[in-house]
Amino acid sequence: MHDFAIAFPEIFLAAASMALLMVGVFQKPGSSSNLVSWLGVLALGVTLILVLSGEGRTVSFAGLFVVDSFARFAKVLILLGSAAALVLSQGFIRREGMDRFEYPVLILIATLGMLMMVSANDLMSLYMGIELQSLPLYVLAAFKRDSTRTTEAGLKYFVLGALSSGMLLYGCSMIYGFTGATTFSDIANALQGQERASIGLIIGIVFLSAGLAFKVSAVPFHMWTPDVYEGAPSPVTAFFATAPKVAALALFLRAMLEPFGGMEADWRQIIWLISVLSMLLGAFAAIGQNNIKRLMAYSSIGHVGYALVGLTAANAEGVRGVLVYLTIYLVMNVGTFACILAMRRGDRMVESIDDLRGLAKTHKGMAMALAIFMFSLAGVPPLAGFFGKFYVFMAAINAGLYYLAVIGVLASVVGAFYYLRIIKIMYFDEPTEPLSRPIGKELGVLMAVSALLVVAFFIVPGVLVDGAAVAADSLFP
Amino acid sequence: MFAFPLLSIVTFAPLVGALIILLFVRGDDADAQKNVRWGALFATIGTFLLSLVVWARFEYGTHELQMVENVEWIGEGINYSMGIDGISLPLVLLTTFLMPLCILASWESIKFRVKEYMIAFLLMETLMIGVFCAQDLLLFYLFFEAGLIPMFLIIGIWGGDRRIYASFKFFLYTLLGSVLMLLAILWIYFDAGTTSIPALTANAIDPDNAIPASIQSWLWLAFFASFAVKMPMWPVHTWLPDAHVQAPTAGSVILAGVLLKMGGYGFIRFSLPMFPIASADFAPLIFGLSVIAVIYTSLVALVQEDMKKLIAYSSVAHMGFVTIGLFTFNVQGLEGAMFVMLAHGLISGALFLCVGVVYDRLHTREIARYGGLVNNMPRFAFVFLLMTMASVGLPGTAGFVGEFLVIVGAFEANTWVALLMTTGVILGAAYALLLYRRVVFGKLEKDDLKSLLDLSPREILIFAPIAVAVIWLGVYPSSFLDIMEPSIVYLVDHHNAALALDPAAMPSGAGTVDAAKH
Repeated sequence: MHDFAIAFPEIFLAAASMALLMVGVFQKPGSSSNLVSWLGVLALGVTLILVLSGEGRTVSFAGLFVVDSFARFAKVLILLGSAAALVLSQGFIRREGMDRFEYPVLILIATLGMLMMVSANDLMSLYMGIELQSLPLYVLAAFKRDSTRTTEAGLKYFVLGALSSGMLLYGCSMIYGFTGATTFSDIANALQGQERASIGLIIGIVFLSAGLAFKVSAVPFHMWTPDVYEGAPSPVTAFFATAPKVAALALFLRAMLEPFGGMEADWRQIIWLISVLSMLLGAFAAIGQNNIKRLMAYSSIGHVGYALVGLTAANAEGVRGVLVYLTIYLVMNVGTFACILAMRRGDRMVESIDDLRGLAKTHKGMAMALAIFMFSLAGVPPLAGFFGKFYVFMAAINAGLYYLAVIGVLASVVGAFYYLRIIKIMYFDEPTEPLSRPIGKELGVLMAVSALLVVAFFIVPGVLVDGAAVAADSLFP
Repeated sequence: MFAFPLLSIVTFAPLVGALIILLFVRGDDADAQKNVRWGALFATIGTFLLSLVVWARFEYGTHELQMVENVEWIGEGINYSMGIDGISLPLVLLTTFLMPLCILASWESIKFRVKEYMIAFLLMETLMIGVFCAQDLLLFYLFFEAGLIPMFLIIGIWGGDRRIYASFKFFLYTLLGSVLMLLAILWIYFDAGTTSIPALTANAIDPDNAIPASIQSWLWLAFFASFAVKMPMWPVHTWLPDAHVQAPTAGSVILAGVLLKMGGYGFIRFSLPMFPIASADFAPLIFGLSVIAVIYTSLVALVQEDMKKLIAYSSVAHMGFVTIGLFTFNVQGLEGAMFVMLAHGLISGALFLCVGVVYDRLHTREIARYGGLVNNMPRFAFVFLLMTMASVGLPGTAGFVGEFLVIVGAFEANTWVALLMTTGVILGAAYALLLYRRVVFGKLEKDDLKSLLDLSPREILIFAPIAVAVIWLGVYPSSFLDIMEPSIVYLVDHHNAALALDPAAMPSGAGTVDAAKH
């Protein structure tokens, strides 16, 4: 197959985003971004179909770009996440004066970068994908440019993101220097037969994982997350919490397992520590939060920790666990952010947890959905969130990582506290000043669909798990 | 072979009822509330009748699982499998029997968010029946853990003044215990390649597949963490008094009547047959903790000023009997433990309902606020007396049979344990009679008590079935002992066979050293 045919979904998305840019530019000045947004959702949908139509494992552009079932699985998640984020944004950007056509176009370009990331088969395409994803995200974080809080978030994200890119590049150059290759398979070949990695290579791996850990916001590279989550406009936060997380974690998996799969003894301890620290920090630091976006930031740090448990296991079960986890995490987060975006009084968005007081009396459906998401995020069976944890811990037990598993489940008990606190505020407290109605059709639909998926997952878990297993196997030929 | 999925129908019937209420009852006015109440009552009575069908079709005299269902679920050895034997059937019947009474007990006392309340209870019933019918570890875990959600809401929304503290404590305590069990389940799954409970039980007496003793200890401890909290055993019982006191009456009934039984059921279904060597090794630990629980919590119960708290502590003491009985590894002890569970489910449930009766009228649970109720509430005094006597273990009531069997079993296993345990019986009599005297006897002096009305027809309807059952179990216990007997005899044989495999373990089970002394 021709190289371009293999990368056709990405090429289509790139062309579509350019076309949408044109549509936006030639629209009457001051007209709504509505048309561009829905066309963007359509473009994502078409890309999804194109992605799904591929099969097998194909490498193109001289080894820079790979499409396999792992990449396809991650791409489907990314495209769904981005589309959901676009839909979620609709009401918000109109109310908050962010109604500009650049918004959907930037999301599309960032999505393109994410697709590149999961298909990267080489340190160079890896870096290219990351940068293509990051630059639109920096802009999006500061999209409400007349708000100091938002611009601060954007700037913070940009400076720290640039730092992490630097570390990543440094790591890549070290790896190249000590193996003489940039393509993942060549690196793996160069390392074949070596029992231990050389010090230089280890430094390279450490810097590479530090850079990637920054992108997935794992401890100790998480500092930007709470500030950016809190400061960025809510739909942008919803976007940050979903698709880019999936892309970065998928990239993390491939970049560790394909080139360095044979020497997991050298890097497992790094991921182990990152994972443990993330789970613990996510559990403890969220307890004191009162802003729901900030709370979700710490929650996402914790969840990345759980997902990394699967990477620490470094086997096919682990990868399957991460993919299952990411899918479920995506659904739960879309639903939760739909609820957060529905939190407003009149035209004013509210973000404090206390604003949810007595929600069960004023907004029965929304309260029920949010309670389902919270129980699920806490990992209470039979909700989907439990199965996410179940599969990664299964991999950890299989790999003999007992301490990691014990710390993980104990952290999940601590974490359950703050999810329960939200439920408590909604259900046990009396309403003060009710939130506004209606909550918006798109938000309502996304909430309902996500809640239904979370609740019903346990009936047929096989659909997702088998797909994830096939995807995971493609990383372990 | 296609079989009629009777157990699944019993299990999910309440859930169907809950869904119907959720989808078809609109609004929160008086009519809607009435519909919800009747709907829930019909659903629970229907479930009870279905469970009677299960009983009717239950085959006595075999330890084999019956009415087995096996459907592929998660795959790779994790299936949706249900089944019932002599250990689960009585507990299923207990659950389905208590539920309609709980709905009736909440008929008037729950005035707001009735719809959500009834849905939570019906959901709870599905999960409780599921726990006792599941024959797959993961399925069991799902039912076991999912029960936290409705119970958390029941305590938190409809509970007393400190309901938030109590609901959090309940949830986090129980979750902490059970996540460790989850890891153990995962380990077992990797070791055996299946989570089927019958297969894992069979593995324990198979020399090729038996889990080594050193690992059994870890797994046993992980399961213990979960069941000990649920049971609850001293010193992890502290969530129980809080949860009981704060929960609405029917919530307390379910907590005491069924949820606590899950711990005992867990021990008898998992710890004993799957980790026999570890169970034998840890029996002294269990005995120690249980004896402390029996004596200490009885003493604590003596000084309580809150009626519900007193009954809650008495529950901990009774559960101490259960754990002692379970770890005697002989037929009397195990049958006794099962019987105590059944009897306690009925009696403590009824006692909580008695408290509910007076609480609904006076809105206080403080013992000192009452006195002399026998004068104007004779029917209440009669029911309360019957239940108090049953709780004390008066021969002819359900309470006696179980306690007697456990003490017999304990004497066989360890004289000292039996001796100390008997002091618990005496203390039990002391606090129960003291409670009764302070509430019911004496002069009717307080003005607000004089206007209290006796039991209403609805309340009589609640107590009558329990009173009949308590006396039935006491007078003719073999109607339930016969159900359990084959399964328990098999369990004891299984235990001895498993110990015989292990050269380090003693051939005739734990407690032999002590037994030899007397």
